[in-house]
Amino acid sequence: MNRNPQKVLGLHLAILLVLFLLQFVLPAYHHTTVARIMVLASFAVGYNILLGYTGLMSLGHAMFFSAGMYGAGLGIYHLGLSGLQGFGAGLLSAAVLSLVFGLIALRTTGVSFLIVTLMFGQAVFLSLLYFNEITLGQDGFSLSQSLKPLNLGGAEVPFSDPDVKYNLAWLLFAVCFLLSAALVLSPAGRVLIAIRENEERTKLLGYNTYLYKLFSLVASGTIAGAAGAVHALLFSYVGTTFAEIHHSISPLLWTLLGGMGTTLGPLLGTGIMHYLIDITSGLTSGYLFVVGGALLLLVLWFPQGLMGAVRNKWASWLP
Amino acid sequence: MADWFDSNAALLFLALLDGTVTAFVLALIALGLSLVFGVMRIVNVSHGEFFMLGAVLAWACFNFTGGNEVAGFFLAILIAPIAVAAIAVAMDKTILRRVNYNPESTIVATIGLLYIIQQLVLTLYGPEARPVTAPIYFRVQFPWFGYSGYKLIVAVASALLLLGTWAALKRSTLGLYMRATQQDAETAQAFGVPTRKVYAAVFALGAGLAAIAGVLVVPIRQADYLMGQEPLLLSFIVVIIGGLGSLRGTIVAAFIVGISDGFISVFYEPTLAKILATLMVAAVLVFKPTGLFGEERA
Repeated sequence: MNRNPQKVLGLHLAILLVLFLLQFVLPAYHHTTVARIMVLASFAVGYNILLGYTGLMSLGHAMFFSAGMYGAGLGIYHLGLSGLQGFGAGLLSAAVLSLVFGLIALRTTGVSFLIVTLMFGQAVFLSLLYFNEITLGQDGFSLSQSLKPLNLGGAEVPFSDPDVKYNLAWLLFAVCFLLSAALVLSPAGRVLIAIRENEERTKLLGYNTYLYKLFSLVASGTIAGAAGAVHALLFSYVGTTFAEIHHSISPLLWTLLGGMGTTLGPLLGTGIMHYLIDITSGLTSGYLFVVGGALLLLVLWFPQGLMGAVRNKWASWLP
Repeated sequence: MADWFDSNAALLFLALLDGTVTAFVLALIALGLSLVFGVMRIVNVSHGEFFMLGAVLAWACFNFTGGNEVAGFFLAILIAPIAVAAIAVAMDKTILRRVNYNPESTIVATIGLLYIIQQLVLTLYGPEARPVTAPIYFRVQFPWFGYSGYKLIVAVASALLLLGTWAALKRSTLGLYMRATQQDAETAQAFGVPTRKVYAAVFALGAGLAAIAGVLVVPIRQADYLMGQEPLLLSFIVVIIGGLGSLRGTIVAAFIVGISDGFISVFYEPTLAKILATLMVAAVLVFKPTGLFGEERA
């Protein structure tokens, strides 16, 4: 495998540049859609660290996303935090949740781990419904009243401003994207990949695989939480739909479609799936056919995903 | 304490009754999930949809017979398990076998199927919950309240089915093949056990039992396309607490979950009961991964 860090960095920066420049040419509708895709792709980037590079499949990642979302949203709604403080609160909630969850859940492996993630995800979802005096239950709440505008060098701009939305989404994605690429290329990232390939052998080589997996889970969960917090800020709505099991399956689907274990896959998968559902929901109301069908097709005929196929065929240097 | 029991006797008794009915139905649904895991070592996330299909087919039969509840019920109890088992066999042939029963691929594939089945039922049947009249109606009068006789019949019927399945698996060749496959599929195959057919049969049996549970339950709680979700989670809970692949464990755990669900739901709130149950599962998986009755696995 010949890795070429300069080439990799160049490619990643070029993709970010294209995404940045897109905002000047996109029509209003796609402008917002791409902003949303970048936030959700950040969620998938976090998910991919765990699934793609550590080999741990989670069916409960919505809990980290919603930890970030509710951490930010509740702080702003009840305590009057500013946007930035809210983001910090969301990040912290997700980091703490993923650490506590990891300490417990990583004692299990394989299918048991999957089921524990599913169960914890469900417990978080039900708790959000149960403590409805604080979380406002199923209806959720809007932040448009309580969120103070962003202070940009003296000028006050609201988060709902399309340009603010796009650029903050881009900033979030850029940070997550580069961090994930840096992690994958780092020595720690190589150990995670070794765990994915063969945990026993990695253990035998003297690595404390439990600590590495915990690190991966916390990184993955915190990135998911960052995406959740930014989603709350930019789209001004906090609700339990983001904690539902569907929302845990989505990053799995995006990552599988784009190619798990590729840094570019999550963005590609999220973008394609988002537009696919957007287009088909105009034609039929059955968007679940699309989601279900995509999952089946991927698992049966295309397990390596789009970027996985690209890497196998043409560009073995891709991380 | 004694006073509290006296003043709450009616509620306690109601919780016990409701819990027992839940437990039997749950055991019936979870049995399939447990068998499939035990023999095939896969987790079928679309198992709850078999239950839902059973309930929806029961509504279809009820409708087909022009609202004759007795004829509809008996038609459903015949047709639903066979139809759902046939779907399960098709799933096994076209999908599970193709991914070679790889645990993670199977989970992703069955999530896909879950969405497709739900959407299919949503499209053909609609989003609303539809009632089905119970085939028989009478009330059993207890000192404090009258209780639906049909619910008690559901509990008894589930118990008989569980007993029947258990006895059949104990004595039949299929049961023998199953246990052999469960212990060591390769060796079993070497001794001439048709493991592929055993897999298909187990998958169909589990699906059929869940469908029967759906038919039995639908007069109590209506049929809608999302009704498979909750039993799926509860069955997961039961199967894990009882130990994956252990029949006795499944039944004991169904009682623990069903009755504690009944009590917490009556005295507190159903949501709290579910939160506690899910956390209990996590605790069992972490601290006693084989479950209460599961065997050690290499």
